[in-house]
Amino acid sequence: MATAPTSEAILAGTGAPARSGGRSRLAAHLPRFVLYAVLTLFCLYYLLPLYVMLSNSLKPLSEITAGGMMALPGEWTTAPWSAAWSSAQVGVEATGLRPYFVNSILMVVPAVALSTIAGALNGYVLTKWRFRGATLVFGLLLFGCFIPFQMVLIPMARMLGLMGLAGSVPGLVFVHFVYGIGFSTLYFRNYYAAFPTELVRAAQIDGAGFFRIFWRILLPSSGPIAVVCIIWQFTNIWNDFLFGASFSDFDSQPMTVALNNLVQSSTGVKEYNVHFAGAIMAALPTLFVYAVAGRFFVRGLMAGSVKG
Amino acid sequence: MSISETARRPGAADRLRDALPKLVLSPTVAIVAVFVYGFIAFTFYLSFTDSRILPSFGWVGWQNYENLFRIRAWDTAVANLAIFGLLYIAICCALGLMLAILLDQKIRAEGAIRTIYLYPMALSFIVTGVAWKWFLDPGIGLEAVMRGWGWESFSFGWIKDSDMAIYTIVIAAVWQTSGFVMAMFLAGLRGIDSEMLRAARIDGATNFALYRRIVIPQLRPAFMSAFVVLAHMAIKSYDLVIALTGGGPGTATELPATFMYSYTFTRNQMGIGAASAVIMLMTIAAIIVPYLWSELREKS
Amino acid sequence: MGFLDIKRATKSYGAVKVLHETDISIEEGEFLVLVGPSGCGKSTLLNMIAGLEEVSSGDIAIRGRSMNGVKPAERNIAMVFQSYALYPNMTVRGNIAFGMEMHGIPKPERERKIGEVAQLLQIEPLLDRKPGQLSGGQRQRVAMGRALTRDPDVFLFDEPLSNLDAKLRVDMRTEIKKLHQKLGTTIVYVTHDQIEALTLSTRIAVMYGGHVQQLGTPKEIYDNPANMFVAGFMGSPSMNLFPAKVTGHEGRPAAEIRLGDGSLARLPFAQGFEGQEGREIMLGIRPEAITDRDGADRNARALQVIDARVEVTEPAGSDIFVVSQMGGRDVTGRFRADVPVRAGEHFPFAINMDKAVAFDPKTEMRIS
Repeated sequence: MATAPTSEAILAGTGAPARSGGRSRLAAHLPRFVLYAVLTLFCLYYLLPLYVMLSNSLKPLSEITAGGMMALPGEWTTAPWSAAWSSAQVGVEATGLRPYFVNSILMVVPAVALSTIAGALNGYVLTKWRFRGATLVFGLLLFGCFIPFQMVLIPMARMLGLMGLAGSVPGLVFVHFVYGIGFSTLYFRNYYAAFPTELVRAAQIDGAGFFRIFWRILLPSSGPIAVVCIIWQFTNIWNDFLFGASFSDFDSQPMTVALNNLVQSSTGVKEYNVHFAGAIMAALPTLFVYAVAGRFFVRGLMAGSVKG
Repeated sequence: MSISETARRPGAADRLRDALPKLVLSPTVAIVAVFVYGFIAFTFYLSFTDSRILPSFGWVGWQNYENLFRIRAWDTAVANLAIFGLLYIAICCALGLMLAILLDQKIRAEGAIRTIYLYPMALSFIVTGVAWKWFLDPGIGLEAVMRGWGWESFSFGWIKDSDMAIYTIVIAAVWQTSGFVMAMFLAGLRGIDSEMLRAARIDGATNFALYRRIVIPQLRPAFMSAFVVLAHMAIKSYDLVIALTGGGPGTATELPATFMYSYTFTRNQMGIGAASAVIMLMTIAAIIVPYLWSELREKS
Repeated sequence: MGFLDIKRATKSYGAVKVLHETDISIEEGEFLVLVGPSGCGKSTLLNMIAGLEEVSSGDIAIRGRSMNGVKPAERNIAMVFQSYALYPNMTVRGNIAFGMEMHGIPKPERERKIGEVAQLLQIEPLLDRKPGQLSGGQRQRVAMGRALTRDPDVFLFDEPLSNLDAKLRVDMRTEIKKLHQKLGTTIVYVTHDQIEALTLSTRIAVMYGGHVQQLGTPKEIYDNPANMFVAGFMGSPSMNLFPAKVTGHEGRPAAEIRLGDGSLARLPFAQGFEGQEGREIMLGIRPEAITDRDGADRNARALQVIDARVEVTEPAGSDIFVVSQMGGRDVTGRFRADVPVRAGEHFPFAINMDKAVAFDPKTEMRIS
């Protein structure tokens, strides 16, 4: 996106004489401040839920129930945060979200690593060692990314049982690995497709074999796409709810499932401030990634939508 | 690494070396064959059986499908999907295109604004659902706040209203995804050949004509991508409904995805659940397959 | 049997035959250039010699050893690519060393060779830089250096100069020629630039449509093109090709052509065409064989001067290119720069028929 020709430079005018009396010149009829006002308004719209979550997670419950949801905290407190983290009732036990946060970490790290490695190798084979039917294989892999996962829930539940992984974090790792391969392969395939094949040929003539070429020639240049892929997989797997809800037990639930249980639990008073604190906790890792590597995050999203 | 070392030896090792790329790819192919296509076949088969709480293999023909279309909740789910899907796609595209064009007017803080528009995409639908659930809750959210500020007659209880609750799902989903659609359109705008725009200006095109006649028609690929992404997200929507309304009030906000889950795992009607999953798959396939086909064909 | 033998080699992708049966044999130390327009099969043939593409049928042998099924790394060849194919993550030193490392050559030996090659190509100061920090010409040298360390039986060059600007291209061309003269290694070189082909090669294979159109020394190719494609492709400005009819002139066979003003001119052949009066031919004459009267070759046996109208003049510094109508086509002659020739006027054109060739207009093949 950075190197694409920017149409803004053109619209800013390139010395062409302004045509007065034209029907509607967007820039002329809409003064700049209206433009900025509209853009700012939308900023507020997108930021509103974040503000609601943040301000209400730092105030006592009574301020919320008294109709003060939009106000800044009258009395600042971190009690909802500590409650959400370590003492809130999640499901049947009052453990807070901490153990589930740990579950999510234990699930995400190996699943991301495995699917990224598999994707890199697949992308390498599919672009640099093309064979008859490579495009078909890739198409079938890609279709697998888009199926409604409802289609695999029933057999996967049985399969995990057969493999002895039912209701466990390793089971979730496996599921996310399996259904993450498609996107990882997509990223690496599209990246390696643009990687000069002449380099691979030169290395072949130099006597390097399959793995050596991958390890010494392609992998050192794969940093950018690895970051994109890791961020995409991390966000997707961390944010998953369907697999977590389907294949985990009480003690292996990931963060999203635990948060939902916390919010939906019907017993006792609804502690909105604790819910909001929990929601932010569940959002923090991905928000952190977005803040640090937003550029790569966006590139991942775009690559996921603009295929081929 | 060790494989390439042994490949130095001639004979059988040579053949191993030739087969190596396919060998490396084969675990993935096997996994996808079993866990995607095998499972699809399995679920497809289950949809023709008398499976209830557990898979069972008594063949019942089309009975599950016939039953499915007789269940009122399925009708609701399909109708909801139609409302939700249409509004979600239309609003996201309209909003996304508008924001992209506005942002393309040489805006000073473009980077920061883009970041703000796009961050919801990084959140889990569960988080989005929780935030909007309480914000839209009449007891403590927007309605209570407005009344607290003195607008006593203000009323906004859609989330508790069977007829209107589905629109709250649209609101939250649009909030989450529209920034992403904006980014897709913005990328499309930036990719348009600048010489063509210059030529159009020399031809005397006004900004309005420039966008309507030249720029927007060239965003066709971006529209296609946005449509495919949004449509498949709409059909798969599950988490957001669970977190925001739990499918309620009653079954007012059930979607096919939540319907499938509850019939399969809580109501012990696995055959019907499988049939509903098959219909979801068919719908998505009808959108995705032509798209993938055209994208991959161009390449090769 | 030669040093590099290509015997009835073909290449097909499915039903598409990109290279038809090809026979080329060259001796050790030769510089073979494969030249032709893009899509003619020249790069495919090079890749087949390298082992990067398999031979669909036929055989390629180096030093009498069949290369079918032999991996690129085991053919004892070296290749310089169009994009240079320098590994971006390695330094120049690393790039040059990589192949030797893969072949298990010990480090001191590698260092010694790198030193030698770097000195030969004058790239010593660049050894610790990354390819991204080098200019086009420097990358070119490094790519050659990498190839040189292999002491290959055959050097393969795949359009190595096409990414350089015009000036640098001429310089590097000279360097490659010097290198070949110094090392005497067998070279197969692919290019679409006919000047590169003529200047560098000891032999040229002109390719088109998956066929070798003609294989020969630069002089053979230039003076005696086998068909109209070769005649038109090799040489710049390209050979004039225009229709003519065989007649008699002062008792000798001659080519009758129609000039731009409608008049007929007769050009007696240097040899041949006895008893072929009335035959339609395509006459091929290179621009330098159409000159002003005083610029003509004094030793020419069949020199004919005709008056023709000048359509356009194109001064090119040392020469002036003069265009006239012959046989309904624009025909370019190469006059000396100071000749007072003006467009629109008639002027004497001296045509050296010793250098003329004729083709059959239907088969496009040379009539000897």
